Amino acid sequence: MTDHYDMPDARGHFGPYGGIFVAETLMPAITELNQAYQRYLQDPEFIAELDADLRDYVGRPSPLYHAQRWSQALGGAQIYLKREDLNHTGAHKVNNTVGQALLAKRMGKTRIIAETGAGQHGVATATVAARLGLECVVYMGAVDVARQALNVYRMKLLGATVVAVESGSKTLKDALNEALRDWVTHIDDTFYIIGTVAGPHPYPAMVRDFQAVIGREAKQQCLAQTGRLPDALVACVGGGSNAIGLFYPFIDDESVKFYGVEAAGDGIATGRHSAPLSAGRPGVLHGNRTYLMADDDGEIIETHSISAGLDYPGVGPEHAWLKDIGRADYVSITDDEALQGFHALTRMEGIIPALESSHALAYAAKLAPTLGKDRIIVVNLSGRGDKDMHTIMQREGIRL
Amino acid sequence: MSRLDHTFAQLKTSGRKALIPFITAGDPEPGFTVPMLHDMVKAGADIIELGVPFSDPMADGPVIQRASERALAHRVGLRKTLAMATEFRKTNQTTPLVLMGYLNPIEIMGYEDFANAAQRADIDGVLTVDLPPEESAECVALLRARGIDQIFLLAPNTSAERVRKMDEVGSGYLYYVSLKGVTGAGHLDTRDVAEKLALIRQNTALPVGVGFGVKDAETAETLAGFADGVVIGSALISKIEAHLDDPGRARSEIITLLASIRHAIDR
Repeated sequence: MTDHYDMPDARGHFGPYGGIFVAETLMPAITELNQAYQRYLQDPEFIAELDADLRDYVGRPSPLYHAQRWSQALGGAQIYLKREDLNHTGAHKVNNTVGQALLAKRMGKTRIIAETGAGQHGVATATVAARLGLECVVYMGAVDVARQALNVYRMKLLGATVVAVESGSKTLKDALNEALRDWVTHIDDTFYIIGTVAGPHPYPAMVRDFQAVIGREAKQQCLAQTGRLPDALVACVGGGSNAIGLFYPFIDDESVKFYGVEAAGDGIATGRHSAPLSAGRPGVLHGNRTYLMADDDGEIIETHSISAGLDYPGVGPEHAWLKDIGRADYVSITDDEALQGFHALTRMEGIIPALESSHALAYAAKLAPTLGKDRIIVVNLSGRGDKDMHTIMQREGIRL
Repeated sequence: MSRLDHTFAQLKTSGRKALIPFITAGDPEPGFTVPMLHDMVKAGADIIELGVPFSDPMADGPVIQRASERALAHRVGLRKTLAMATEFRKTNQTTPLVLMGYLNPIEIMGYEDFANAAQRADIDGVLTVDLPPEESAECVALLRARGIDQIFLLAPNTSAERVRKMDEVGSGYLYYVSLKGVTGAGHLDTRDVAEKLALIRQNTALPVGVGFGVKDAETAETLAGFADGVVIGSALISKIEAHLDDPGRARSEIITLLASIRHAIDR
């Protein structure tokens, strides 16, 4: 590690990862977006507008909450929760959509498209589009449409058109494919709000920069509440935007360990999982080079996770790089373990977490007892669990 | 001189334009492909683009997406596509064969292993939809060292500067995507294509093929007026899709359509 982390390079590379791997028609739009991103993230007026939106519309800063009862029960490190679930729309996704929507407005785009898995990013996009009066189309795999019906309805209420994608595995990756097809067809007037730190450069860096507000706040709050930095950060990783948002502002603080938690689904050994960093290999998908779940022919393998938001065969390229250089550890949590984490937090702290975030909680519950009581773990509670009620009831055979 | 250079040079001498059909390897089933390649040559194909099935064909419209899905259902991927190319070459040593697909299968095989395998299969060109020139140096060098051309796509919104970049990095020919959209999409405006091609030619001496949205002989004939080659894909694959229960009929309809296009572009 150098003293100061400075990634990506000018062409969007994180070591061998990242870059721009897209069809030629997208190149001018990506260049235009990159110029706008470089310009406005230095622009005090833009930053002031973004900060005001994050404060007055999103409700930031989100609290850093000491989960005392749960920490005590686990008998080890003190667990602090970064409460992204308390944001407007119920997850961290809105930090990014507010930012990208402001960019879209500055760039004169009149139409917004997005892909979504669990529907949180779709809802967060439909929300900002409604607020700015922009047309909004959200692509969502048909499987996800079925398992996240509540979010589909929210998006429709907000005025978005939700397109159920029937191709491939009918999940998040196919929604991304379809959004890219839309973008290439409506390249002149359309802004594509990607929901995670994947896609071609500048998306991985840009989404990180919009989400880094999570880590900046957490750092200040931890210092204010405890007088020191945390020992470990824990966040779930699908594409990896909430994780990178928490990690990034701590990246030069070498005493702070990073744990990214992937979805092990039925278990890594079963092959039915969504854990490319734990059990995948480098390849190219959706505009960047990163770890992927692919077979020997380079075909993308179908993924599985109880959590729609983690059900993705790739991961943001910066996570691939942080893994290779050893700055972050990537671990995994099964569906069953995530459910245990879900119930534990609900019963111990009165907070119902999203299934995605439950993966991070479940790992924190494993990590905490291995550390002393004076240690501090910050877990990114990236979203609230209301959207998952149906999934959990079904899984646990509950009828009301 | 590469087989592609030779083909374009010959066409130029005889004042003809290249007919470049595209089909997806393994669609609708693996046994269909190699005989179809030979039949397309007989029907007048000068160059063939052979699609490598991919699970996530981001730049393709529904017709070619479904072709990929049918081929993948038979587990046809990059390796089997290369085997089909090898089989084709046993009885055809003259028609250039271009692999068209996405980067990930090549990444997973490894660039060098892929270049070697493509050389063994006697492939003439590789067109990778999601590999822009900026990221292509390593792949291009390995292919070029083995006499294989890397073919790049140009789009309606590609700047003159980028055309010059493709001219520098690419070889064989350039493939002009005639519309902003996915393969097999709606309306191709031949006047727009003519204007754009004039600009492209100021920046490259490479032959330019035009494709995406070529549906009939009439469009092909107009395009042949200013392009060096006409690529036709989705329209052929639609024939396969229309007769999934009768591949023989799909084959004869593809031959008929190609022959009519051959006739039209030679007018």
